[in-house]
Parts: sequence; structure tokens; C-alpha cells
Amino acid sequence: MAVLVNKDSRIIVQGFTGKEGTFHAEQMIAYGTQVVGGVTPGKGGSSHLDKPVFNTVADAVKLAHADTTVIFVPPPFAADAIMEAAEAGIKVIICITEGIPVQDMVKVKAYIANFDCRLIGPNCPGVITPEEAKCGIMPGFIHKKGKIGIVSRSGTLTYEAVDQVTKAGMGQSTCIGIGGDPIVGTTTKEAVELLMNDPETEGIIMIGEIGGGMEAEAAYYIKEHGTKPVVGFIAGQTAPKGRKMGHAGAIIGGAEDTAEAKMAIMRECGIHVVSSPAEIGVTMKRVLNK
Amino acid sequence: MNLHEYQGKELLKKFGVAIQEGIVAGNMQEAMEAYTALTAKTNSPFAIVKAQIHAGGRGKGGGVKLAKNAADFELHANNILGMYLRTPQTAGGMEGPGKLVSKILVAEDAYAPDFDACKELYVSILMDREKKCNVIIYSTEGGMDIEKVAEETPEKVQKEWVDATLGLQAFQTRKIAFNLDLSGKAFKEMTSFITKLYTAFVASDAALFEINPCLKTGDDRIIAVDAKVTIDDNALYRHPDLEAQRDNSEEDPTEVEARESDLNYVKLDGNVGCMVNGAGLAMATMDIIKLSGGEPANFLDVGGTADAKRVELAFRIILKDPAVKAILINIFGGIVRCDRVAQGVIDAYKNMGNIHVPLIVRLQGTNADLAKKMIDESGLAVQSAIALEEAADLVRNVFEKA
Repeated sequence: MAVLVNKDSRIIVQGFTGKEGTFHAEQMIAYGTQVVGGVTPGKGGSSHLDKPVFNTVADAVKLAHADTTVIFVPPPFAADAIMEAAEAGIKVIICITEGIPVQDMVKVKAYIANFDCRLIGPNCPGVITPEEAKCGIMPGFIHKKGKIGIVSRSGTLTYEAVDQVTKAGMGQSTCIGIGGDPIVGTTTKEAVELLMNDPETEGIIMIGEIGGGMEAEAAYYIKEHGTKPVVGFIAGQTAPKGRKMGHAGAIIGGAEDTAEAKMAIMRECGIHVVSSPAEIGVTMKRVLNK
Repeated sequence: MNLHEYQGKELLKKFGVAIQEGIVAGNMQEAMEAYTALTAKTNSPFAIVKAQIHAGGRGKGGGVKLAKNAADFELHANNILGMYLRTPQTAGGMEGPGKLVSKILVAEDAYAPDFDACKELYVSILMDREKKCNVIIYSTEGGMDIEKVAEETPEKVQKEWVDATLGLQAFQTRKIAFNLDLSGKAFKEMTSFITKLYTAFVASDAALFEINPCLKTGDDRIIAVDAKVTIDDNALYRHPDLEAQRDNSEEDPTEVEARESDLNYVKLDGNVGCMVNGAGLAMATMDIIKLSGGEPANFLDVGGTADAKRVELAFRIILKDPAVKAILINIFGGIVRCDRVAQGVIDAYKNMGNIHVPLIVRLQGTNADLAKKMIDESGLAVQSAIALEEAADLVRNVFEKA
């Protein structure tokens, strides 16, 4: 089962023939992901990495029955690429691109609400269902098929958690990198909800960071509807107020979006919060064995 | 990216937003010329001298003065230009070293001629992360710290959300003007002020506009007396004119150098430097340092290509801070192989000559074992780790020995 992507997903890559798109599409295909083609406007009809190239996402949907896209388009054109995918009928849109202007995302978010689709990202590592489909830039080999779902705003910190889970003898159902921007397509709460409703997932790891209210929203959801143990970590306990810590969305605005405040709410809501990122894997193992 | 008040006002003026008029000056000669030109236009000897630094609360440190005549003006301008201005928002606050004032804005006295008939209001625009659209925040209580107003009298801070696809509607501008207790000419001026301000916000890809105070004058005009403007860094590529207004002297010189090398660096006050790939892992590494008894000296994301050149650049930047007593490198090698990163660290270390602080290198991911072996056999004074926990212990050792 898993969520969002699996071995039957029909995946395309937008920005297919570019440097980033080519490199990561190759890795995705090598992992065994069902990539059915890619989109580069003007190169339609040709082939790249032995897959067909389409001019538009609409063509890819019509001719290759694509239902999932991974976007590697540069920031000035990425918002447009997301809207094109939504309009063409793609169901799962995963946008890796970092650096999209906020006002572009304000428009995108409103526009895609009119379509039956889910956006993951932008500014994210992507989504992986181990041993089925790798849709993004994460290193495939650290993952192992299993029962832990992971939701995170970060890239390498997610890999860290995945690696700890794998080394603790567990595996992952689906890992969702929701992205580090102020506006993301799928919130922490929505991603946690997907995993709560997934019969294959038995435990959830939720990794947040300073800035915004997504973790608190997810925590209240878990308190009300949670049926599985959740381990949580918030990065940026030592971050100063008002400074952007790498991610556009990682900035403390007030008293409510510090790491301390988020961790306190998460604890109140029954989440197993760890203060050291080194303890994510062992803590998950301990609470699952309870 | 933050703009100075005078730059923010220039931007607003381009979109027809009424502002307190002024002329910027960088030395006394320019200041006196600005005073002559301004007073000729306003027909009044009064002028305000406003220090141009990015921090707020300038009035509290003596950075904003009213001059009643030319002699008065010369005195204030001379005092403020070149001063180290301390405000509650400059580094170290009112006790800190202050910020050098290299420009002043010579501005009209917007409160003349009838000070008592003036009313200070508050208007700001920003993106609401929860609602994922822009919001206009406004209050009848202008001229003071809005966070304080929100805390003490939350009912006096009102919000108007703008539909992302339709944009600001006329009824919303009327609602704002009514709620600000305006009528007659001032009401009409406010609806037009808000409309133009919102247009400017969207067109310039701003992240924040804060107009405080937004003044209703004695003759019922609405003007921006101050303007705090922040532009979305991600959108600067389509605003080269605004990018060109960046004032590097407002930032930490090491941060400027890091940005020019494409490294994401934020200086902090601690004693353990760190170099990490990825922003989330970098924040988590800072947290580990703290949990191990140290204090992070910086945030530094080296990005995806941690080769010898970038590692060396990062070393140089971290070591500029004399407070650094140890360095922790934490790289999760996914697509980038750890042995390549290890070679980068070894080469950079050798190129740098003697690094005088303990160095802890934690490499995890592809070929982590090989990478550890390379570091251990390099003969360099470097401690290596694979698990995050081991790295934390090594940091703890540094502090327990000290």
C-alpha cells in the first residue's frame, strides 16, 4: 500500500533533459522507479534516457498515462510547471525546486485548489516508497521497506532519520519530504494524516523545524485522531529569533514558533519528542516495542 | 533583503504612495544642500534628520531629531552622521557597540502645521503562512511597537486577508478606512493609499511592508512617515534594481563573504563552529553541540558539493571568528560519496596549514567506513565519527577536558 507513490505510479520528470533532471531521473530509473517519460517544451518527440520526451504535461498524460510528476525546473519557471501539471490532470505533483518566489507560491496554492491533485514541496527532497518508487533526490540505498512513515521539512536530516530507522532494524513505508518553504503544498498535518490512514504504517516520525505553525497543527490532529505512536524532533533549538536558517521558512517570527514552544505542544499532544536528533531511531524502536 | 527607509520610500513613491518627502545625504555638504532644497520646497525652516540604518527604534538612541532652523539642522546632522547609533534592535541593544550611521534622510516635518490634528496610524502587509495569502494588518494605534499593542489591546490590531487570485477588492479598502475611524477626504485618501500600497507590495515581491507611523495629517492627507521594506530573497532575480540597493555594510562582513561564495552562513555567539550539508541537518547539528555542552558559533550549510574548495572556503569563514574553540563537520553523504568529502577535508586541512582548534569530522552515508579510515590514516589531528551520537560524545570530550 504505502502512500502517494508506489510501483504502479506512472511517473514523469519535468525539466527532464536539464542537468539536474537528467542526473536524478537516471538515479530514479536505476532504483527501479516506473518513469514513463519526461517533459521539456520544444523537445517533444525525441527520447532521453530511453524514455519519451513530451512538449507538454497534457501530452504525457494523454500518451503515457502519467499520474505523478517530479519537477526539477529552475525557480523562475517552477510555479508555472506546477500549474501545468495540475491542469493536465496529474494527481501527485512533487516539486524539488528550491528558491521559488513566495508570491508565486501564493498564486499556485490558490490555483491548484481547483484540481484533484496533491502538491508535495517545493524545496523538498521528494517522496520515496522503498523498493517501489523513488521520486526525488534522496539516496535510495539508505532506505529499506518497512512500517515506519516519515514526514520532514528537511532533506539531509530526513536521510539521517531514515538511516537510524534502517540501522535499528526497522524500515520505512513512505518518507515524505514536505519542503522547507513558507508555503508548501502538503502540510505536516496532511502528511501525518496520510500515514495515519495507511494500513502498512505502524509508527510515524515527524521532523519539524523553527518557523510557522505546521507542527502544532499536526500535533493537535494527532491528539484528536492519532492511532499510531509518533516520534517527533524539531530542529533549531539554538536558532536566534528573526534570522533565516537556510530554508526560506525556517525563521522564528514570535513566541509560538520557536523549537521549545513546538516541542512543548507536541509533548502535550502525546508525541514522543526527542531533544537530540541522534535519538530518533532508537526512540521509535523503543515506543514500538512497548 | 532589507531596504533602508529612504530606499523603501523611493519604491513606494514609484507606485504613487504618498510619503513624507525627503532627500538622502552621505556627508555634511550633501546634508546642507538637502536642507536648503527641502526647506525651499516646504516653505518652512523645519526638517527632520533621520539616521539610515536597518534597525528600528532609531529615535530611542538619538537617531531622529527635529531641526527648527539651519543652525539647529547643522548641529543635529553633524551629530548623527558618523555616530554609532544604539537602538533596542542593534546588536547588543542599548549596551552594544551600535551601528555606524553613514547616511541620513533629511525629511519634511510631516506633522506641520497642525501637530494636534495629526493622527498616527499603523499599516503593514505580509504573507500569512497559515492562510497562504497576503494579509493587511492595521491599527489606530500607530507610532508605537505593534507587538506591544497586540499584546495589550489585541482588539485594536485588525487584519484583512487578500484573495490570492482576485487581489485586493475596493470594499476591503473601504472597510480598512472605516475601521481606522476616517471620514471625508482622509477616508478617500486612505482607500487610495491602501490600494497603491498593495500594488507596490505585490509588484516588488516584498516579504514585508511596515508603515509605522502612517500619518493622517491636519489637512487630511494620508502619508507614509516611515517605511520598513523587506524583499523576498527568492524573487531578487526579477528585481535587479532592488538587488543593486543592497547595503553590505549593514550585515556581518563574514556573512557577506559567505554569501558571495554561495555558502549559507549565519554568525552566532557560541564557541563550536560547524559545517554541515543541508539546512535542517545544520540546525540539528547546532542543537547537538548545545546538548553536548558547547554553544554553536554559526549556522553553515555547505550544500550538495562538499569538495575540497568549498570545505576550505567554509574553514576560512568559520575560523575568522576568534571565539571558535572546536569545529564539527557533519556531512550526510547521499549522492555525494563520503570518501570524496573525506578527501576534500584532508586536502583543505593540508592547504590551510595549521588549524589550531580540535576538528571533529562525522561522515555518514555512502562509503562512510572508507571515509573514516582515510581520515584516521591521514596523520592529521582530526577525530572521526560515523554515528551522530559518537560525534556528540567527541564534542562533549572537548569541553570536559577544558
